[in-house]
Amino acid sequence: MKLYLSTAPHIRSGANTQVLMRDVLIALLPTTAAGIYYFGLSAAMVIAVSILSCVLFEYLWQRITKQPIRIYDLSAAVTGLILGLNLPSTAAWWMPVVGALFAIVITKQLFGGIGDNFLNPALLARAVLLASWPARMTGATAYALPTCWSGADAVTSATPLAGYEANTMDLFLGNIPGSIGEVCKAAILLGLIYLLVRRVISWRIPVTFLAVFAALSALVGQNVLNELLMGGVLFGAVFMATDYTTSPMNPRGQFIYAALCGVLVCVIRNFGAYPEGVTYAILIGNIVTPLIDKYDKPRLYGRLKKQKKEGTANA
Amino acid sequence: MSEIAKILLFMVSCVLTNNYIFSRFLGCCPFLGVSNKVETAAGMGIAVTFVMAIASLFTKLLYDLVLVPLSLEYLNTIGFIIVIASLVQLVEMFLKKTSPSLYRALGIYLPLITTNCAVLGVTILNINSGYNLFYSILNGTFGALGFLLAIVLMAGVRERLETSKVPQCLKGFSGSLIMAGLMAVAFMGFSGLGN
Amino acid sequence: MPKKEKSLSSVFMNGIIAENPTLRLVLGTCPTIASTTSAVNAVGMGAAATFVLVGSNVVISLLRNIIPDKVRIPAFIAVICTFVTIVQMFMQAFLHDLYESLGVFIPLIVVNCIILARAEAFASKNGVLASAVDGVGMGCGFTLAITCIAIIRELLGNGTIFGLNVFGADYEPMLLMILAPGGFMVFGGVLAISNLVTQHFEKKKKDEKGVIHA
Repeated sequence: MKLYLSTAPHIRSGANTQVLMRDVLIALLPTTAAGIYYFGLSAAMVIAVSILSCVLFEYLWQRITKQPIRIYDLSAAVTGLILGLNLPSTAAWWMPVVGALFAIVITKQLFGGIGDNFLNPALLARAVLLASWPARMTGATAYALPTCWSGADAVTSATPLAGYEANTMDLFLGNIPGSIGEVCKAAILLGLIYLLVRRVISWRIPVTFLAVFAALSALVGQNVLNELLMGGVLFGAVFMATDYTTSPMNPRGQFIYAALCGVLVCVIRNFGAYPEGVTYAILIGNIVTPLIDKYDKPRLYGRLKKQKKEGTANA
Repeated sequence: MSEIAKILLFMVSCVLTNNYIFSRFLGCCPFLGVSNKVETAAGMGIAVTFVMAIASLFTKLLYDLVLVPLSLEYLNTIGFIIVIASLVQLVEMFLKKTSPSLYRALGIYLPLITTNCAVLGVTILNINSGYNLFYSILNGTFGALGFLLAIVLMAGVRERLETSKVPQCLKGFSGSLIMAGLMAVAFMGFSGLGN
Repeated sequence: MPKKEKSLSSVFMNGIIAENPTLRLVLGTCPTIASTTSAVNAVGMGAAATFVLVGSNVVISLLRNIIPDKVRIPAFIAVICTFVTIVQMFMQAFLHDLYESLGVFIPLIVVNCIILARAEAFASKNGVLASAVDGVGMGCGFTLAITCIAIIRELLGNGTIFGLNVFGADYEPMLLMILAPGGFMVFGGVLAISNLVTQHFEKKKKDEKGVIHA
């Protein structure tokens, strides 16, 4: 989302925020559809409330502070969609609203608006909701079992990370309890392919993130495939760790950042108090990003040739 | 659990889980005041680490060898602040003599450390939590490294946001406090580590 | 010192508004965040700090001509420490719940910059009565500001004010507000609002002056 401050390698010529954000929305479509398919209307409601309140808060803030209204650049809509996908389908209606307030007003606009937020707004909002209403976000009654429009009443359950048993195929396709957007790995991979083909993101962050995480999981003796398919690690690595504004600008910085995220997810999952650490891992990565950018730049000047090559590859 | 694993976990919890800024909110004044440049923030953090480690050692010795035998425990606050103030003086003189370059780098921060509540805080917490001498020093050193981490990260973010279009009323302390709050949310992810 | 000629009421109001230690000078941030988890804690911390402020201001003002200039800071700290220890022992004996919930932040009043700053900037240069009034004013300013912050945090984070239920049983408290991040954010928010108000009045004043000059 850092269109006005970042240097050339990130942006294809002719691209603007709106085009970029539209691509992200398109990439999120399969995930959204899968979430609504598995969890039914309640999931659609959560997502709708989230998008609407994010756009509304953005509009109101820009109105009140007498700035040009820029909700048509779709960045607030993307934040809203990602926030919605980060919530359980059983979320009360006011939770996405509070989340949107923290995402749009406190994380993004207070610090200067688009391109100036130092944390991923949707993730910060999720972390705030998680700390404020832990039972509603991750408790035993927070996650609904997929109903697939069967008409039965939603039954709630723990997620696979907290002890729900599921086979690998169910984990991959998303027939498991969890946040709306994180369950269907197949849909997330579709989105990843689209983003890569359209060159919206580079492979570096998601691939490094997942590779480091997988290697460490193997090291502490976990089932690597299951670890990758459980929880939000894939969704986070593809859609949230790659946010332009809050991830490093240069290739080497991106490797460091993504590896740090991977390490932290593994550490929090295996040793921390929370069953899932993707949210916090990426937020910490975001906080370290300014330092990485600060110290990554001068060293790269010494290797001009290499930087040039990688720059074009990233295009 | 083996003793070494226990010690390692204690270190991690001092730096991350019970971070002096983000979870115990001790030492906020220098954290907010000296965090606009990464280099100065690092200087302050290193100076604090220095003093906190030595202060943990000496206050623990003072408490165990002098105050407890004389049953003067209630004088711990005044005793500790005297120890810290004189330590800061000593460190300053020692550095001036032995390492002028380090003195020049840390010099201006040293006098400020006497009133850094994280330093007095750690010495009192050492006593209140019943740590032995070894754990007191660990707590002082790694707690201070947590402070160093927090202030450097904060300075990085503040440097980056220097040019952003922050509303007038959020320039200065108010914006920094909200920034610190957001960072503290992220640091909540470390809860449970090492405990 | 021009302050000497000022009336006692203006010295008192100075601590509450113009030089409010929490909102204008931003001193003593740690106790502010630590003690604002509930309104009762905030009032307790405010009262303890006010007592120490008044006590140390009076004693330092009395001794201002005796203390040699070179050792004045250690001397000030020793005086402050004495009063803090008195408060600590008093609270431990009579207000044990409050003592437990404020914990390490009671002895830390010693390094609360407000107190040392007033000793240095006011008490060491002014008479006993003025110093006492300055202590009361600063203490009240501190107490008022942190109680404001505490009420917001307690209301959102627990649904109560001074322990009285406000929002009813259906309100699901926002736990974050009584944790450390909530402390930072609410303090920052209140500070921003106070900045906004100050800027508004300063602008108004400037405009009025402009008119007069024109």
